[in-house]
Order: sequence, then structure tokens, then C-alpha cells
Amino acid sequence: MKTYKMAWRNLWRNKRRTLITVAAVVFAVFLSTFMSSMQEGTYSKMIENTVSFYSGYIQVHHPGYWASRSINDVYAPGPEFFKKIDETPNVTLSFPRLESFTLLSTGENTKAAALIGIDPVKENKVTRLSQWVEAGKYLEPGDDGLLVAKNIAKQMSLNVGDTMVLLSTGYHGSTSAALFPIKGILNFPSPQMNNIGVYADITKAGEFFSTGDMITSTVIMVDDYTKLNHTKQDIGKKLGNDYSVMTWDEMQPEIMQMIEQDRAGAVIMKAIIYIVIGFGILGTIIMMMSERRKELAIMVAVGMKRGKIIKTLFFETLYIGFLGIVLGFLLSTPIMLWLVQHPIPLPDSMAEVYEKFGFEAKLFFSLHYPVFMNQIWTVFAITIGVFLYPLVTVARFKLIQTLRS
Amino acid sequence: MKVIDIKDLYKIYEDNEAEVHAVDGISLSFNEGEFAAIVGPSGSGKTTLLNILGGLDKPTSGEITIGNVKINELPPSKLIDFRLHNIGFVFQAYNLIPVLTAKENVEFIMDLQGRPKAEKEKRTRELLEQVGLGDRLNSRPNRLSGGQQQRVAVARALASRPKFVLADEPTANLDSKSTENLLDIMEKLNREENITFIFSTHDPRVVKKARRVITIEDGKVIKDEAIR
Ligand SMILES: Nc1ncnc2c1ncn2[C@@H]1O[C@H](COP(=O)(O)OP(=O)(O)OP(=O)(O)O)[C@@H](O)[C@H]1O
Ligand SMILES: [Mg+2]
Repeated sequence: MKTYKMAWRNLWRNKRRTLITVAAVVFAVFLSTFMSSMQEGTYSKMIENTVSFYSGYIQVHHPGYWASRSINDVYAPGPEFFKKIDETPNVTLSFPRLESFTLLSTGENTKAAALIGIDPVKENKVTRLSQWVEAGKYLEPGDDGLLVAKNIAKQMSLNVGDTMVLLSTGYHGSTSAALFPIKGILNFPSPQMNNIGVYADITKAGEFFSTGDMITSTVIMVDDYTKLNHTKQDIGKKLGNDYSVMTWDEMQPEIMQMIEQDRAGAVIMKAIIYIVIGFGILGTIIMMMSERRKELAIMVAVGMKRGKIIKTLFFETLYIGFLGIVLGFLLSTPIMLWLVQHPIPLPDSMAEVYEKFGFEAKLFFSLHYPVFMNQIWTVFAITIGVFLYPLVTVARFKLIQTLRS
Repeated sequence: MKVIDIKDLYKIYEDNEAEVHAVDGISLSFNEGEFAAIVGPSGSGKTTLLNILGGLDKPTSGEITIGNVKINELPPSKLIDFRLHNIGFVFQAYNLIPVLTAKENVEFIMDLQGRPKAEKEKRTRELLEQVGLGDRLNSRPNRLSGGQQQRVAVARALASRPKFVLADEPTANLDSKSTENLLDIMEKLNREENITFIFSTHDPRVVKKARRVITIEDGKVIKDEAIR
């Protein structure tokens, strides 16, 4: 009789007890899968929101740009550039930006802010900039007007139709100065964005900074963000060393930190669930062992090596964990699948906040493989931990005393 | 031919200052094919002696030679293998493995020995037929009576083709009919396979069947007689 087979039979010596223990594992697996799925769903939605708000998933810069933020660290994309990027697997869209600092002046008021040159159509597809236009109109391609963020407009008492002077240092120390009409006022849901500066058509911005066709950044959107690093590498390889390719989390590390912190908090909750379950399994194993001390001693007496007995007990412990995992997943996966398709709407009080930020007010779920893998590893680790008990007991038990008991 | 040779065997337990001489200077030997009973009052040291003979317990001093191996000198890991290949055990409480069928219980020992499948199956069938359980191969122990279980245990003890079989009060849990039946089977196997049987007992009917009776008291052999 093979060890694994004997272990399987041993498992069902006390059917009810085994079933209860397995049910406990199933419960833990189900609960943590549910929690993980909700967390990951929320995180990926959060990332999606952040990314589509401004940064995109990936940006391509001149190698010096991210450190200098200088208008001299620009590059000319050339005709092949966007094609190369768009042909990279997983990329859905790419578009240019030209950003630098400038002085805004109305005569009475002067302020330093960013001038962001955009492709009005492509930009809007991703960041949906036009939805924040509170007064006036959104930019059209080739437009020579400006969109001004709300706080800046307020501080400088600007209204649609007013004009404003922009003064800056352009490409290679040239002086940039121009008069722009205000086409629209942007009211973002985030105060930070409301102080950002002004938007212009990228051609106009290029003329202003004397950079011509050159740009500071290319913003790239992808389909599957879990493959982001792959896509980043692919793009990096295609473009070569004259460019620096950065992912959103390299540009905004604070968001990933926030997610990691939240994950750590959830880990504690899951750890508590699993520790309770771990003790449940341990209890079962201790009972299984104590009922069988004599039997195990007999096996040693007739010539079975302790190592082999330990192996049998290992299989028994493993089976409990394995059954728990499999049944847990069988139970949770269909529910998760449904929830991924049908996110849970948030209660009205919370929904308002979400909607104010332009986010969907729903609880999202995810079926990414870490949701499952983490449970497998955890249960496996618990199994190994619990197994220490039979391991030590069998290694140490005194043959004669046990036989005589 | 000598199978077992015991010289000056002592087993002394230090129990709260009082010393218990469970085996107190025993020298004995057993030949191939013996059918020997060890008798004596409770606490006289029968179990202790059999456990030491079976390599399950270590003597305080003395020598046990089985074949030409001094088993008192073997380290515990070697001892397990030695037991597996040389000694058959029958226990008072049958002690079959409850999740295995009669057939699997007998095969279990040969599995441990790594015997080929065909040989295993053939010998198992033979042995179970010899103990009168040829029709109960696939029954688990809880479906068998005490007497039947003990017969499976005897078959299991013989499966490894041991040099001898040790049985500590094998009939203590059996009624008189099963006792007689078991003894008959043991004797038959003893004759047919020429295997040495050494068993301890309290039961006069069992003693009657033995061809050698060793009486011990307070850890000493006080009588050692051949019958017939
Ligand atoms: N672990 C131990 N510690 C101390 N004394 C022990 C131990 N094991 C056995 N003894 C003692 O050794 C003596 C012999 O015991 P043993 O079990 O060998 O007797 P026995 O002849 O088999 O008795 P029974 O017929 O009741 O089975 C007894 O006095 C017993 O109390
Ligand atoms: Mg005894």
C-alpha cells in the first residue's frame, strides 16, 4: 500500500471530524479570496483612475527630463515614433505632451504655473479633460486659446474671453512671451489639479517654447496593467537608449505606497483568520495522533521506519489543506466571476465622493492570479506549520512506553 | 540449530529508589522449530523478556544473539530493519491496521520489505488460506471477530518469513473456542513452515499445547521443561 493511499484512508477514519476541519479551511479560503479579490479590484480601479486622470500608465521622456523638468530636455518624436509605440503589444493609445513652467501675468497679477501642451482629441479620450470645463469651451485641435485651472483663474480674476500674458524661458535659453485668450475654466475635483496651471494646444505650446515639433512626454495607455513591466521593457527596447521609459508607479510612488499599506492592514486580518483555522487543523491532527499512538508504535515495532510514518502523517495534513483550498476555490470562483462582471454599487453617502472625483461609485472585484496564489501559499505554509506536531511527536515517542500503554 | 541465544540477561527498572529486577539473570536458548510457552504469575517479567527478545527494548546487561547478530549492540535504526526481516510479532490486542483489509495488513510487512508484487500476493493468499480466512481477504479488521483478527495477525507475523514469531499473550482477549482454533493454526504453521514460536500465556489450555514450557518468577527461570 502506497503511503499517499494509506494517508487518504486514514483521513476518513473520522469522517465528520475531517469534514468539519476541511469546512473550516474552506471558510478561511473563501473569506480571504473574497477579501483579496475586493482589495485587488479596488486597487486596480484606483490605479486605473489615477492613471487616466493624468499620468497614463507609461510615459516616455528624454533621459534627463524627469530630474531636470527642463524645456531643453525634449525630443522630436519623428514619424516612426508613435507607430513603434502603438504597435507594441498591450498598448492601446499613445499621445504627446509638452509641459514646462511659465509665468502667467494679467498686469496686476503674476503667478508661476505649468503650461501643458496637449493633443486635445487624444488627451480627452484618456483623461476626459473636457468634462471638467466649468465655463467656456474645450480646446479644438490647433486652438490658440487656453484652459485655466480654477484656482488660478480665481486668484488672477480671470474669466472666459480675457487675455493673459505668458512669459518663460524657451528652448535653449530663448525668450518666450505671448498673449493668449482664455477659452475655458477647468474645475477639477482635486485641489492639487486646480492649481496645476494652464492647458494649450500642443502646436501652440511648441511655438511658444520654440521647441517646434519636440515634446517632453509621450503618455501611453495599456490594456492589461499587470503586464505593465513587460510592456515598458518592450517599448524601451524598441526606442533604444535615447529615451527614458517610466511606469506610473515610478512617477507617482506614493500611490503604490498607499496600496502597500492597505495590503499590509488586510494581511493582518487574513492572518488572524488563518491562525484560527491553523489551530483548528492542529487540534484535529493532535486528536488523530493521540488516538493512533498505539497503532503507530505497533507499526514501528513490526518494522516500519519512523520516516515513513511521518510521511503518511504529512500526506494526511496536506490533504486537509488541499481539500480546503480546492473546495474553497470551487465555492468562491463562481461568485468572484459574477462580482467581477457585476460590481457592487456603493451606498449613496459614499457614492457622492466617488462621483465627485469622476470615479464609478462601485466596489470592484478582481480575479488576478495573486488572489488565488496567496491563499495556496498560506494554506500550504499552515499545513507545514501544523505538521511540525506529528513530526516531533513521532520522532520522539518512546516505543516501549507506547506499546505498553 | 540455535535461533536465539540469551546470556545473563538483566533488566532493572529504577522506580522511585526501589529497583525492580524485571529480568534477573536469564540465560536461555531456542532452536529452530520450537513451540515454546513462557508462563509465570503477573509481573514475573514475561512481557519484559519478550520485548527484549524482539529488539523492542534494551536490556540493562546481557547478550541476545539472533542468528549471528548481537541485537543488544544494534543502533535503533538498524534494529527496526532487523525486526522487519527477522522477527514476527503477534500482540495481545491484535493491533491490525484498521484502515487496511486483511490482505493489505498481511501485505503491509512485505511492502516494507520491498517484495515484488507477485510474490506478495501469492504469499498473502497462501497465508490467509492457511489461517482459514481465504474468503475474507478484503474485509477490514472491524468486520472480523477477535479470533479472526488474531489469525490475520498471525498471518501478518509470518508474512516476512521471520526466523521466529513472538506472541505476548496472544489469546488473552479470545474465548476458549477461538483460543483453541488459534493455537491449532499456530502449531500447524510451526510444523509446516518450521518456524519457531515463542508465546507467553496465563491460560493452562494454551500451556498444554506447548512442547516446551519455561516458567519464570521474579525475573528468573525457575523451570524449563520439554513436553512429550
Ligand atoms: N517501565 C517500567 N518501569 C518500572 N517498572 C516496570 C516497567 N515496566 C515493567 N515494570 C515492572 O517489571 C516487572 C515485570 O513486568 P512485566 O510486564 O514484564 O510482567 P508480566 O510477566 O508480563 O506480567 P503480566 O502477566 O501481568 O503481563 C513488573 O514488576 C513491572 O511492574
Ligand atoms: Mg505481560
